[in-house]
Order: sequence, then structure tokens, then C-alpha cells
Amino acid sequence: MDIDLMMRVYPFFLKAAWVTVQLSIYTAILGLACGALGASMRLSRLAVLRFLGAAYVSVFRGTPALIQLFILYFGGPQIGIQLNAFEAGVIGLGVNIGAYMTETIRGSIIAIDKGQREAARTLGLSGWQAMRKVILPQAARLMIRPLGVNINALIKGTALVAAISVVELTYTAQRYIGSTYKPFEMFLLSGVLYMIIIYGTGQAIKWLDRRARIV
Amino acid sequence: MTDDQTPFLDIRNAQKSYGDLEVLKDISLQVQRGQIVAIIGPSGSGKSTLLRAINDLDPLTGGEVWLEDMQINKKLPHRQYEKHINQVRQNIGMVFQHFNLFPHLSVRGNVTLAPKMLKGLSDAECDKLAEEQLDKVGMLDRIDYYPSQLSGGQKQRVAIARALAMKPKVMLFDEATSALDPELVEEVNLVMKKLAEEHMTMVIVTHEMGFAEAVCDRVLFMDQGVVVEEGPPSKMFRNPDNERTQNFLKKHLANANR
Ligand SMILES: Nc1ncnc2c1ncn2[C@@H]1O[C@H](COP(=O)(O)OP(=O)(O)O)[C@@H](O)[C@H]1O
Ligand SMILES: [Mg+2]
Repeated sequence: MDIDLMMRVYPFFLKAAWVTVQLSIYTAILGLACGALGASMRLSRLAVLRFLGAAYVSVFRGTPALIQLFILYFGGPQIGIQLNAFEAGVIGLGVNIGAYMTETIRGSIIAIDKGQREAARTLGLSGWQAMRKVILPQAARLMIRPLGVNINALIKGTALVAAISVVELTYTAQRYIGSTYKPFEMFLLSGVLYMIIIYGTGQAIKWLDRRARIV
Repeated sequence: MTDDQTPFLDIRNAQKSYGDLEVLKDISLQVQRGQIVAIIGPSGSGKSTLLRAINDLDPLTGGEVWLEDMQINKKLPHRQYEKHINQVRQNIGMVFQHFNLFPHLSVRGNVTLAPKMLKGLSDAECDKLAEEQLDKVGMLDRIDYYPSQLSGGQKQRVAIARALAMKPKVMLFDEATSALDPELVEEVNLVMKKLAEEHMTMVIVTHEMGFAEAVCDRVLFMDQGVVVEEGPPSKMFRNPDNERTQNFLKKHLANANR
């Protein structure tokens, strides 16, 4: 194993790791927004919205994320959507993971005993007040861990945007392999950095989950 | 009881079906202000459905429910209906078999959530209200506990305080003591007796015949979606006319003594 080479190139990998982190953060934020919107559509009183929410979930979970990304980045310009690679990566991955998060959020909400909603409505709270003050605070605690699983998948999924040339960890490894012919070292380096990012995120989620426990 | 003879709570020809299953078959029930009515009957006879129809939690498929001069189950466009029913429900307290306390809120939080949101009380007013209501049910010393730290009987007393905090005109109890260990039933019954002494109007679905006899003005026996027989507790429990009532009570006593 060429340790010298690894020592020489690792600063560039650190830079790439930072891109991966940024990509992950923006994607997670967009994913959560799409998930919240998707879940409220899936749970809506209106059949049209329920249908749209269900369609969103089945389309984006039912096709490869890579194809979605390609359609957006390469196909986008054809229909007037001009995005740079990073933007396309965030939007493509965010909308994709949002479909999974939709189901996570919806699942946590419907897992709350329906007696909770009844008790709140019986006191005179409106449907939205009951949701905001009674259901969501409980569901939010339930969804931390499964959302953590989604975020874990999302971080690993950012490797896909190497295919549209975003200079993140996977793309950087590939590029250095091109000039060094040392795939083992280069992929090992990026793998270790992915692991650190994922481990750190996992710990943060565990911490949040512990803090949010109901007495 | 007052001598006011117009009904306070008036259920007229209540009907409820789930598909082909007729759960309530044309039930009428008038409750006067300050009156306490017990509903007894076998499981599945429609007691909960009738009780839950009163605040339109399970809307009827036919018939009307009135509280004083206001129809509760009005047919209105969605938005108007929601506004109307939220207003109505503030006047009707409900206590459930499984308490349904909000586990993420303290005892104080449970009691003050609705008054704070719906009546715009200040924090100080909320605290005073919570203290008052919790004192009434003997739970003042647990005001900063969370539901998971309470026994079943304590939870149910907090649930009663939560309902009372909205100053309801009527209280509905759906088997409030059925989920409790036998030794915890009495503390909840005592709270309900206290409400009875304060002339709270109450409709109580219960399996506690002794309790019903002691506090209720009237007893309804329901079976298969109809009111089979009704009358004062002395008559209903000592010598009911109807054979089905007799059989139910006989069976119930046999079970209770086993
Ligand atoms: N949501 C529902 N869908 C279909 N049937 C129901 C529903 N809720 C209650 N029922 C039926 O209505 C009948 C009366 O139920 P309920 O009012 O809960 O009886 P009780 O409280 O006297 O035990 C039962 O046969 C029950 O199975
Ligand atoms: Mg019942």
C-alpha cells in the first residue's frame, strides 16, 4: 500500500469530503421539506392531494436515483432547466430521498394512537391544533431514528453525483485513480472519509433521539 | 335537580350504521340539567357509539343531537362545520376508558393545553386553573409529573381534571374505570361522585352497577342498538320489567361474584 501517496493527496480528499458534507446537508434539508410536504399530502383530507402524494412516492422510489439525476441534469436543459452539477445533485437527491422521508414521516404520524387525536378534538382543538400540539410533538420523537436511516442512505447516495462530475469524494477518488493507477489506496481513502461522516451523523442522531425521549 | 323540564341534552331518533350493520336503531334520550344518566348493556350494544355521537366524534347517520338551543350535529360545509364543532366540544367534557393523556406534556400541561389555546388564558391564569382542577381530583401534588409516572387511577383523575378545565356543561364518561385495577376504581368513583354532588350533568357508560345505583338518577339498558328499558336505578337494578334486562343483570352479577 502506497502510504506516501495517500499522505500526499489526502488534503484534496478532505476538500472533497467537505463537498460531500455540504451536498449531504443541503440534500437532507430539501429531503425533509419534500418529506413534510409529501406526508401532509398523503394524510390530506382531499383525495387529489392524497393521490399526488402517493404518486410522488411511487415514482421516486420506483425508479433508480441515478436515472432521476440524469434526467434532471442532462435532460433538464432540453426543457429549459439549467442547473450546475452541484445544484442538480442537491435537487435530484433531495427530491429522491424526500419520497422515502415522506413515508417515514407519515408512518410516525399514523403510529400515534388515535385516542390522542380524539382527546384533543374532544377538548375543542381544531384538527390542525391537535396535529401541532399533540400528534406532531409525539411523532417527531418517533421519526428521529428512521429519518436517521434515510439520512444515512442519503449520504451514501451522494456518491451518485460523481456521475455528473460534482467534485465530491467518489469523483475525486476516480480522478486520482486516473493519474496514479492506485484504485485501492484512492477508494480506501474516500471510504474512510465516508465512514467518518456517516459515523458522526449517526452519533448526532443517537444523541438527538436520547434527548427527545419522553420522561 | 332543577324543575326545568326542557331537556338540556336532547338526542332525537339517533341512528348509526356501518355499512349494513345497524349499531344504533332510533334511540332518543333526554337529559335534564344536572341529571346523571347511566348507560349499561353488553359489549357491542352501541353504548360508546351513542356517547361519541353526542360530541359528533362518531357522526350519526340519522337523527339530531341538541345541547340547550344548539344543534350539535349540524350539516354544514366543512370549514363552517369545523368552527361550529370546535366551539360545541368546548362545552362537552369527555373521559375515555384508556385516559388518552398527552404523554409529552406534564400533568399541568395536559390540563392547561386547551384552555390556553382556546380561551387565551395567561400563564398565571392557566396555573391557577390547573391548581384548582387538580386539587378537585386530588392530584395537585402531582402537577409537575408526567403521565408515565402515574398509576391508572391517577391518570384517569388527571384526565377528568383536563376535561373540567374547559368548564364543560356536560361530562361524558366511557367506561372510565374499566381499564383500572380493582383497587384503583374507588378513587376515580369518588371524583365522579363529587361531580355528582356539584350537579354536573353527566352521561356515564359503565359496568359498575353499584356505582351507577349510588349516583345516577336514571339508568338506560341498551342491547343491540336499542334502549330496551330505562328507569330509576332502584327499579332497574332491583326489579326490571324486561327479560333481557333481567338476564343481563343476572349474568353480570354472576361474573362480578366469580
Ligand atoms: N368504526 C367502526 N366500524 C364498524 N363497526 C363499528 C365501528 N365502531 C363500532 N362498530 C360496531 O358497532 C357496534 C357497537 O359498538 P360500541 O358502540 O363500541 O359498543 P359498546 O360500547 O356498547 O361496547 C359493535 O358491533 C362494533 O363492532
Ligand atoms: Mg364501549
